[in-house]
Amino acid sequence: MNLPTSILLPAGALPHYRLGVMDVLPWIVALGVFFAFDTYLSLGAQILTMVIFGLSLDLALGFAGITTLGHAAFFGIGAYAAGYWNLHFTAEPLSGLLVAGLAAGAIGLLSGALLLRTHGLALLMLTMVVTVLLHEVANAWGSVTGGADGLSGVMPDALFRVFQFDLFGKTAYLYALGVLFLVFLVVRMVVNSPFGLSLRGVRENARRMHLVGASVHLRLVAAYAISAILAGIAGGLAAQLTRTVSLDRLTFQLSGDILIMLIIGGVGRLYGAFIGIPLYMLMLDRAAAVNPFHWMFFVGLALILLVRFAPGGLLALGDRGWGKGGKQ
Amino acid sequence: MSYALETRGLCKRFGAIQVTSNVDLKIAHGARHALIGPNGAGKTTLVNLCTGMFKPSSGAILLNGSDITAISPQRRVGGGLVRTFQINTLFSGLTVAENLAIPVAQRLGRSWRPWGRTGSDRAVSENVARLLEDLKLLPLAAKKIADLAYGQRRLVEIAIALALEPKVLLLDEPAAGIPNGESGMILDLLERLPQDMSIVFIEHDMNLVFRFAKTISVLVEGAVLVEGSVADIRHDQRVRDVYLGRRHHD
Amino acid sequence: MLSAQFISLLTVLFDGVAFGMILFLISVGLSITMGVMRVVNLAHCGFAMIGGYLTYALTTMAALPFALAVPLAVVGTMIIGAILERTVYSWVYGQSELGQVLMTIGLTFVMIAGANALFGSSIQSIPVPSALRETVQLGPVGLPVYRLFLIAVAAACGVAIWLALEKTEAGAKLRAAVDNAKMAGCIGINVKALFALTFAIGCGFAGLGGALGADIFPLEPFYALHYLVLVLIVVSVGGLGSIKGTLLASLILGLIDTLGRYYLPTGGGIVIYLATLMLLLARPHGLFGRPA
Repeated sequence: MNLPTSILLPAGALPHYRLGVMDVLPWIVALGVFFAFDTYLSLGAQILTMVIFGLSLDLALGFAGITTLGHAAFFGIGAYAAGYWNLHFTAEPLSGLLVAGLAAGAIGLLSGALLLRTHGLALLMLTMVVTVLLHEVANAWGSVTGGADGLSGVMPDALFRVFQFDLFGKTAYLYALGVLFLVFLVVRMVVNSPFGLSLRGVRENARRMHLVGASVHLRLVAAYAISAILAGIAGGLAAQLTRTVSLDRLTFQLSGDILIMLIIGGVGRLYGAFIGIPLYMLMLDRAAAVNPFHWMFFVGLALILLVRFAPGGLLALGDRGWGKGGKQ
Repeated sequence: MSYALETRGLCKRFGAIQVTSNVDLKIAHGARHALIGPNGAGKTTLVNLCTGMFKPSSGAILLNGSDITAISPQRRVGGGLVRTFQINTLFSGLTVAENLAIPVAQRLGRSWRPWGRTGSDRAVSENVARLLEDLKLLPLAAKKIADLAYGQRRLVEIAIALALEPKVLLLDEPAAGIPNGESGMILDLLERLPQDMSIVFIEHDMNLVFRFAKTISVLVEGAVLVEGSVADIRHDQRVRDVYLGRRHHD
Repeated sequence: MLSAQFISLLTVLFDGVAFGMILFLISVGLSITMGVMRVVNLAHCGFAMIGGYLTYALTTMAALPFALAVPLAVVGTMIIGAILERTVYSWVYGQSELGQVLMTIGLTFVMIAGANALFGSSIQSIPVPSALRETVQLGPVGLPVYRLFLIAVAAACGVAIWLALEKTEAGAKLRAAVDNAKMAGCIGINVKALFALTFAIGCGFAGLGGALGADIFPLEPFYALHYLVLVLIVVSVGGLGSIKGTLLASLILGLIDTLGRYYLPTGGGIVIYLATLMLLLARPHGLFGRPA
């Protein structure tokens, strides 16, 4: 196929991501927080960790279209893996994250291969069951996980052997920010790549993907596994920063929470996690001190209204809804 | 002599209902073969069987001489057998260019690459651009499917199949839903398809059939009633009876 | 002479059956509505909770007798269910599973907050008439009358639902609407009204389960979430829209859960979840479910 001259596609036709103001803004804000709110850095680090978790879910849910109520399983596995690694092997933090990611990724690959042959309601139920099953296993396997008490005394060593984790959380915050930045780069790269495009094809119309010669199942499993690795890294980070690991990192409720937080910002939009999660967690921090039940009411109402009026989340007010594609 | 696509004694039963009866289809290379017949005759089922979406109850399917009866739909596409759908089956949240980039990337073997922006991939974007230009869809490249008119979507439906550079193209009612007077753009497109591409199409629009087809199979109640050149079929009394409602077996 | 261990085993089995029957009452409504309307309804346990709290309110605050409070609470739950169906649920009928999951989670949160605001966060118990507080001696085994009553009521409901679905015209219409809503509409069945009624009845049974089962499933604001996983497992294992599937799954789960709690504290959950996982992988539609 020889082309005498190149035919140019109009702008916006294919993913051709260019850096814009929106891209730099979140990082400026994050650094600004570091300098301006230095008493809130531990909350800040927690939020950053959850944003990583949210990004991982966005890859599976927003881009590959895998509806899952079981992502906390990977977060929890990552947390326990990093905690165990720290207590029994080495307190070097980066290797802990690596181990966390690999452990979660392995379970993600295995469960994805089994579960992703189903879809819709059956898949939803299966992801939920895997999470509660792993929760019970963690509860029972006390020798490794500490059972109901969990693991404590997870003390990460100095980062790069230079930066100690201080009491004020400065190192922790920048560590979390750095990990978030790297994870974000990875997710952004995958999403804009031909593989990412094929994932969106699966989400939009799996039937057509089959008849275009693509293996839908393998792609779903790959996306799920990558997403699991990233969720595991988030969990490992959480373990290192809070110095504990407990069973509540591996619950169905946490799966629901991260789903809600992501939806508020918007799925499939990369930056949805950056908006929805900090918003939710900041308000939760304020509200939980006052009355947790009022908070539940507010969130519940917001969800109902969101589903009715702004299905794309805050980032997509005015955009189309998220009903299943394929219809013309 | 091998055929581009061949079926031998193909049968399909759903429970007690025989939907496809002993169909022996022989599609020559470069064919322009129409599949016509009343509603419910089993035309789409035949396409579904050929593409692997249904498993035959008995019989065989051969692509370019090799038996593909047991092969998965994905691999049949890889072997050059591509279909379009009667109802638009597009990637509705994506742009027109993206809809074509997916099959192009698949054909070029790049669809597993998790790095490099799709837009920067020269091979993919040039192939997409060329295809869009051929189909006169280039101005619409950045538009989402939801913003297109029905006829334009129908063109994209066929374009997705063409992006795979098929050897055998199965078109399921390409002009479906398009008013008779406006089927021009579809016809245009079909007439410009490569001569060495073998095409089978299901159609009810007889203008399109008589203008574009060289050979025709008439399917009634799952079996082939008669086959032949366009002229033969046009003058066949049995075909007239079928379309005018008189039962062909008394 | 039966050994003490054997007697306690029988008691535990009996408790397991009672647990299973309450689980059945709560779950059967969800199985039918999810099977009929194909809506993922995570707020279903909230309706059981509503039935329980209504009964509590009627017996303690309004001082009504138990026999009157329970039916009134069930009717109340049905009315609330019908109203919600015509409003918030109808918004999500066309949407994907995700939208339905989120809306119903939101609804559940609102129910929990409401329960806390009205009744506080501690466990409330429902006063049961003294006649039902007896124990019946079956040989060496003592069976609480209340639990026998529960089992009897749940069984009767199961039979009633089965008869209604299989033997009545309304039931036939519902089954037709399940199989093909569009066709059913074309032949004159008012599908919307039928769905609204079905939903309300499903909520009613849940409310009954919540009202009667308050000593097995304690009443507190987080009720709506605590038992959600169990109920979802019951309906997916049993198969959507299948009464006998729900009954079988409820009994099996009830027995395993109760036996587990007495004999294998950490094992019971693992057994249930592992079994559910394997079953759903082999049969995604559950034991007796039908594919869409």
